[in-house]
Amino acid sequence: MIEISDVTKRYPGGHEALSSLSLTIEKGELVFLTGHSGAGKSTLLKLVAAIERPTSGHVVVSGQNVGRMRRAALPYFRRNIGLIFQDHKLLYDRSVFDNVLLPLHIQGMTGSDAAKRVRAALDKVGLLKKERARPITLSGGEQQRLCIARAIVSRPALVLADEPTANLDDAYARDIMDMFRAFNEVGVTLLISTHDHELIQRYGGRNVHLAYGKLVA
Amino acid sequence: MRSWLIHHLHSLKTAAEQFRAAPLATLFTVLVIGVAVALPTGLYVLLGNLDRAAGGVKPQAELTLFLKPEVSEAEGRQLAAKLGKEADVAEVRFISRSEGIAQLEAAGLADITAGLPENPLPHTLVVKPKRAEAATLDAIGTRLTGLPEVERVLMDSAWIKRLSALMDLGQDLVFMLAAMLGLALAAITANTIRLQIYAQRDEIEVARLIGATDRFIRRPFLYFGGIQGLAGGLAGWGVVLAGVQLIQGSVAQVAQAYGVDFALNGLALPELLLVLAFSSGLGWLGAYFAVGQTLRKVETF
Repeated sequence: MIEISDVTKRYPGGHEALSSLSLTIEKGELVFLTGHSGAGKSTLLKLVAAIERPTSGHVVVSGQNVGRMRRAALPYFRRNIGLIFQDHKLLYDRSVFDNVLLPLHIQGMTGSDAAKRVRAALDKVGLLKKERARPITLSGGEQQRLCIARAIVSRPALVLADEPTANLDDAYARDIMDMFRAFNEVGVTLLISTHDHELIQRYGGRNVHLAYGKLVA
Repeated sequence: MRSWLIHHLHSLKTAAEQFRAAPLATLFTVLVIGVAVALPTGLYVLLGNLDRAAGGVKPQAELTLFLKPEVSEAEGRQLAAKLGKEADVAEVRFISRSEGIAQLEAAGLADITAGLPENPLPHTLVVKPKRAEAATLDAIGTRLTGLPEVERVLMDSAWIKRLSALMDLGQDLVFMLAAMLGLALAAITANTIRLQIYAQRDEIEVARLIGATDRFIRRPFLYFGGIQGLAGGLAGWGVVLAGVQLIQGSVAQVAQAYGVDFALNGLALPELLLVLAFSSGLGWLGAYFAVGQTLRKVETF
């Protein structure tokens, strides 16, 4: 599913976020990305999601070389990836329902089919009763769940989550991890960055540990 | 096809929402565009009316050919028929010597004609060119002067030359104003759109991250620019109409003083449509540039 070979990412100014990193993730895997802050977890996720390009090396996702992708091909590539952000990146000027509808809308899907998919996604994250609410009225955990609903509504084969449980208390974090677990069980590949070791031990899955832009374990 | 339609409908809806979100700011922008549209359009309307008014005063663009005395009436009529078939000639009227004298008598000059021993008038042809331009008139005049039957050609092109030179100047002014204010219109739209893009930065970023194409992001802004231009064009039309109404009364008074019946014309429907097409097209264009330029700045990849 994901093949990262000898990837270096250097930012303008010389800071090297990743150095000669190689990593393969198989289809259907549940992978936790751990490491101290600044270890390169977010950078790695951004490379996989084609939000940034590697300085050198190859990032191949579902057979597509992300670094060499044409600009025009990017949107279609991203539609196959569910992105979950630490800061949610929700749109506060529209309802919960419309937030989840956006990815389908972008793909040209509307009407009752889309509504059904949106409600199914909201149901999975337990927000079905709040579809008319504005995201600003939701708690932190609910906002994160909304972000997850938006990421999975178009049924991507790959879900990337950047510190999804960082700002949440333990009960909420466990909720969300259970959800990820359930997605994984139906075949979705997940790559989740976190610094919560306890969580990983509880859930198993593969652990990829980064330190100073290099693979440790 | 269906999803294409849905996207466009959605873009239209988004654009409309943006109007609703900032009605006052939009109103002002529309007014500014309206004034920008009204200036060249108003000048154009003024010019059109001036041309029409002058049309009643200026001599008909025609040439008078005096035939040689030895040319008979039959020959004259033949020549008239021949000239009438030429490409740049619209119409040829033959006035025989007897008709000519009759016209003079009818004009109240009977006293003078009665004193004449014989009719001094030659047969006359009145040639009307297809186009009333000084150049056409000159060309026909030179050609006809060379004919063996023709004694003298009389043409009154100086008047037309002067008037058409003035009209040309006016038209150039209209074009210049239209070009300048068209640029201003595009710039105003570009600026509004730029502000809107910055206001919607988050939305654009999120949409990009979850797979929106540039076209998807650009489209609502293009609609907004086009609709704003259209509204501005309508406002400009309104300003011109109001202006015409405002001076209609005094124009009528002046016309009455000259003993003519004259009312100002506004814009004809095709002209109005042209103005609206231009203003919305320019709005669209301004939006296109603004979006292209600003989106590149918001670029993440």
